[in-house]
Amino acid sequence: MKTELPSILGVGIKRIGYELKSYIRTPDAVFFNFFFPLMMLVIFTAAFSNLEIDVPGAGRVLTSADVYLPAMLAMGVLVSGTQNLGIDMAIEKHDGTLRRLSGSPISPVSYFIGKFGQVFVSATLQAVAIVLTARFVFGAYLPETMELWLTFAWVFYLGLLASSILGIAISALPRSAKSANAVILPPILILQFISGIYLSFTTLPEWLQNFASVFPVKWIGQGFRAVFYPDQFKSVELGGDWFLDQVAIAITIWVALGVVFTLLTFRWVKKS
Amino acid sequence: MSAIEVVGLSKRYKDFQAVDDVSFSVSRGETFVLLGPNGAGKTTTIEILEGFRTRTSGEVKVLGQDPQSASRAFRARIGIVQQSAGDLGRLSVRDTITHFASLYPNPRKVEEVIEAVGLHGKASEPIKKLSGGQQHRVDVALGLIGNPEVLFLDEPTTGFDPEVRRAFWEVIRGLQQEGMTIMLTTHYLDEAEELGHRGGVIVDGKLVALGKIAEIGGRDSRKPEVSWVEAGVQRIERTDSPSLFIGELSKRIGTEPENLQVKVPNLEQVYLQLIAEHRNGVKIED
Repeated sequence: MKTELPSILGVGIKRIGYELKSYIRTPDAVFFNFFFPLMMLVIFTAAFSNLEIDVPGAGRVLTSADVYLPAMLAMGVLVSGTQNLGIDMAIEKHDGTLRRLSGSPISPVSYFIGKFGQVFVSATLQAVAIVLTARFVFGAYLPETMELWLTFAWVFYLGLLASSILGIAISALPRSAKSANAVILPPILILQFISGIYLSFTTLPEWLQNFASVFPVKWIGQGFRAVFYPDQFKSVELGGDWFLDQVAIAITIWVALGVVFTLLTFRWVKKS
Repeated sequence: MSAIEVVGLSKRYKDFQAVDDVSFSVSRGETFVLLGPNGAGKTTTIEILEGFRTRTSGEVKVLGQDPQSASRAFRARIGIVQQSAGDLGRLSVRDTITHFASLYPNPRKVEEVIEAVGLHGKASEPIKKLSGGQQHRVDVALGLIGNPEVLFLDEPTTGFDPEVRRAFWEVIRGLQQEGMTIMLTTHYLDEAEELGHRGGVIVDGKLVALGKIAEIGGRDSRKPEVSWVEAGVQRIERTDSPSLFIGELSKRIGTEPENLQVKVPNLEQVYLQLIAEHRNGVKIED
């Protein structure tokens, strides 16, 4: 009789398919996680359709779509990672999913491959939808150099990793499956307001800017602005530059801390 | 070798002794039933065997391993039928069972398991569209899919209607014929009689009886009971030789005894007697 367990990676890849199937069959997840940033892009672009910012030396005028595109992409990263995983895993902790899995021979690593895989696939599709809508519906400007797109790719995926890990961490907060939405959504909304997604970051008071700089969202937004805004706009940023090295460091610290935290605290079920 | 060995198992919460010095063993291929009222310690005991709970003291071995520190390889050899908790639902019966099959080294065939739990007509339905009883059959299917050597069932038929319960019993009988070791908790005595080879009665955390289901409570508690009405008074006599007794009785009163009945106490009566004796502080030896 075969006794060798299926490979951790193989099961992990099967989990991605399983997680994606469950995700697309959960209407509130699809609406509040997948379509929400796209909807906000449409609303903001339409609401401020008269906006035109002339940037001396940039050779182009910024419209509302240009202004909100990086913000809505950053929101997508936050919503697909932190919000989606925070709510999803809080529910799975309390509805018996983790308990059921813990009774099977699955490795927690396979489980997390499934979770991250689901986030990466859905967030990538979401970003593509946001970028294409901004470009072809609202005529937003898209970067033309490979270098900028590579910057976008690393900020996006590193940011998504940090955002997902933050989601795993906050999934510990809700005390029941029912309260998951109510507990997870408000801090995420606040994080969006203080991280320069709805409001321009530099208009916030300095203490709030400092506080927001502790979290990865501010840095993800800054990285995206470096990609989609004309380079002349860096003078508006805090310190007058994009500081991509700081973006990389801040997000990497979040990833590292999150991985250690998750390894130390994750249990299928609390044994009592 | 025993499939399950429990020696002196105790579980204490702050000031509540949930399980108190419980010992029993289950042979391979045997179905062992843990009986007891609600809150007696059945679920705590089975959850310790499943590895979901820690113990305060005692020795526990399932397939030779301590479930408290069990490996993934051990998990592949046991099956746990969970109480439906609403964690499944978006995917179909077949998709869900197929996925769980992929977690095991030696799964059973998905279609066979679906057939065995009687869900072949519902295989493509999302689980949340099934009735409660049908959803629980998915739980059973997920407990079986890994082709376990030991199967744990914690009150598997609570809330089932009689017809579904009988169908469920048939599934279990099929597994018994395959030689699967089964550990079952229930508070239904007919279920214990239908399915169990051996069993124990647990009351307030203590095992108060242990043995073959047909012999639980000892010979004395199963002594036949002759009852009749004599001169308007209900009389009861317990005797090992009821036919002899009835012969003498009718000779004595010279006529057919009124309302004559002979009853052999069934498991339910023995069980209720055991619980009453325990709660009145009477110690019962196995």
